[in-house]
Amino acid sequence: MKSPFRKLAFTAALFCGTLTGIAATINGAGASFPAPVYAAWTYTYNKTNPGGDRFNYQSIGSGAGVSQLKSGTVHFAGSDDPVKEKDLKEFNLTQFPMLIGGVVPVVNLPGVPKGQLKLDGPALAAIFLGDIKKWNDPVIAKLNPGLRLPNLRITVVRRSDGSGTTWIFTNYLSKVSEKWSKGPGNAKDVKWFRGSIGAKGNPGIANNVAKTRGSIGYVEYAYAKEAGLATVQLKNADGKFVVPDVASFAASASGADWKNSKNFRVELTNQKGANAWPITGVTYIVLKKQQKEKEIARKMFQYFDWCFREGGKTASAMHYVPMPAEVVALVKDSWKEVK
Amino acid sequence: MNEPTVLRKSGPAKGGPGGTSLSDRVFRWLAICAAALAALLTIAFFLQLAWHSYPAFREFGPGFLCSTQWDTTEMKFGAACAIYGTLVTTAIALLIAVPTSFLTALFLVEIAPPILSRIFGCALDLLAAIPSVIYGMWGLFVFVPFMQTHVQPFLSDTLGLSVIPLFDGPMTGFGFLTAGLVLALMSLPFMSAIMRDVFRMVPAVVKESAYGTGATTWEVARDITMRYGMQGLLGAVFLGLGRAVGETMAVLFIIGNSEVISASLYDSGATIASILANKFAEAEGLAKSSLFALGLILLCITFAIQIFGQLWLSRIRKNAGGGL
Repeated sequence: MKSPFRKLAFTAALFCGTLTGIAATINGAGASFPAPVYAAWTYTYNKTNPGGDRFNYQSIGSGAGVSQLKSGTVHFAGSDDPVKEKDLKEFNLTQFPMLIGGVVPVVNLPGVPKGQLKLDGPALAAIFLGDIKKWNDPVIAKLNPGLRLPNLRITVVRRSDGSGTTWIFTNYLSKVSEKWSKGPGNAKDVKWFRGSIGAKGNPGIANNVAKTRGSIGYVEYAYAKEAGLATVQLKNADGKFVVPDVASFAASASGADWKNSKNFRVELTNQKGANAWPITGVTYIVLKKQQKEKEIARKMFQYFDWCFREGGKTASAMHYVPMPAEVVALVKDSWKEVK
Repeated sequence: MNEPTVLRKSGPAKGGPGGTSLSDRVFRWLAICAAALAALLTIAFFLQLAWHSYPAFREFGPGFLCSTQWDTTEMKFGAACAIYGTLVTTAIALLIAVPTSFLTALFLVEIAPPILSRIFGCALDLLAAIPSVIYGMWGLFVFVPFMQTHVQPFLSDTLGLSVIPLFDGPMTGFGFLTAGLVLALMSLPFMSAIMRDVFRMVPAVVKESAYGTGATTWEVARDITMRYGMQGLLGAVFLGLGRAVGETMAVLFIIGNSEVISASLYDSGATIASILANKFAEAEGLAKSSLFALGLILLCITFAIQIFGQLWLSRIRKNAGGGL
């Protein structure tokens, strides 16, 4: 976090010496899933934008970001799960998609080469339900005929805090396993089976998996990359095994019907397509429809426009998928709602 | 001997009658305000927590305290798992920390030569100064893998303790036992520091008389120091307890964060403090209110412990010197 004094001094300095009006400080908060990209974007934008405006994004979690927005402490929020229709109406909010990213299962399996383990939806669900307890279980062995699987207990690591990443992950599991959809279901925080280990945040899961032999967890792809964790290949809706990467996340996004979606509410999990990664999610920006300060609103859209135009390269380099051009057109159209 | 009186008399003469009485009054009020702040804050905490937790207590009634549910999808909440986890980890911590810190303090005061006593004393104080998040990181990176690969297999398989449900469970390295052990390490320096002070309160003259009658070091330790300090022990235990009960970060890293009640110490669990840290950011409505209720329960527990510990200690201080 930046010291408020520095922010103040910065604003004051610009206030005194500026020629082109007053530079604004605009705060956003929310989802940790896209936070690495948002951090890079705000850094570049703060340095380059002509007005000297300052954008901040605090990664505090989707739900927390949206509630901060509702109470008016931030100007925009980031959320990994689309805000409920009821809430959009009640609090007069609007949302649009900003990035697409992948959630990947990560494993710590001594003796198995990284990225070689293959799983399908039902097997993954059974592991996270606690039904498959050992790595050499026949179900896993059948999916991996070439691998020597250790006789090791599976330690399931999952989120202990409510999280948009969990929402995307359980959204997928609910589609591929009836037992999952009837049991834990699709939510930001679900009832996990007894004996699973809870860890806080994407980094928490990455740490625990890195440290625990025989463990499996799920994180946003960038965190898996950063921690050097072994990912798995998943069988997608077309029955093909796919490796998680930007190309397979993008393949998932290409089939989505954005035009007919309500408030951009689409689900990118378990999509058709030979190379589609099945656990792909959208992360949203949420705004108030009624903006108090017109100038701030204008600057915000200036920034978001810059993100769509210039931010794609940074996003791809960090393994996220920028929004396709036709979706950006729809998004910009939706900005007219904000007054 | 009369100096203070003289000074007080000369006071008004210097600053004039009005000036001093004004500064006196200002000073008085500032002091009162500063002192009242602590009391007001405490009351405000209780009121705030009670206010925000009211919806949870209204919805779930007294059953909140004994319900084991913590279900965000069904919006049903209960405090039993959190209270259970808090009690179990604290109990493990005390079971280990109390005898260890007792022996440490006894060694420092009675047995160790002065140089050694000072070195070990410093080490204890340093241990007390380590921030809890460091204990948590150490716990996660070093202690959890060590528990998984060495301690748990040793207890369950080598010693054959797995016949007892306490030591029969998934050996993940996380869980109640690991959290309890780290809490023991964390409360140890506090408890031994107080015990050391308690033991030092034993008047030298009493000990020397005992030595004079021909008692050995062990006899003096057992019959004089220990008897004298016995009352102080409970005070120390209660202060250590206060630390263990409210500890958040270290526990969050290593307890496994599951809202369950389990007979096995290897199972992952949760404490009140760890649930608060985990769930607060994303909680809304009844979930948030239930978290406030948990906070209220935690505050009541630590408050009771502190008051009891302080009362006990002050009683001992009053009695010190006249006890024997």
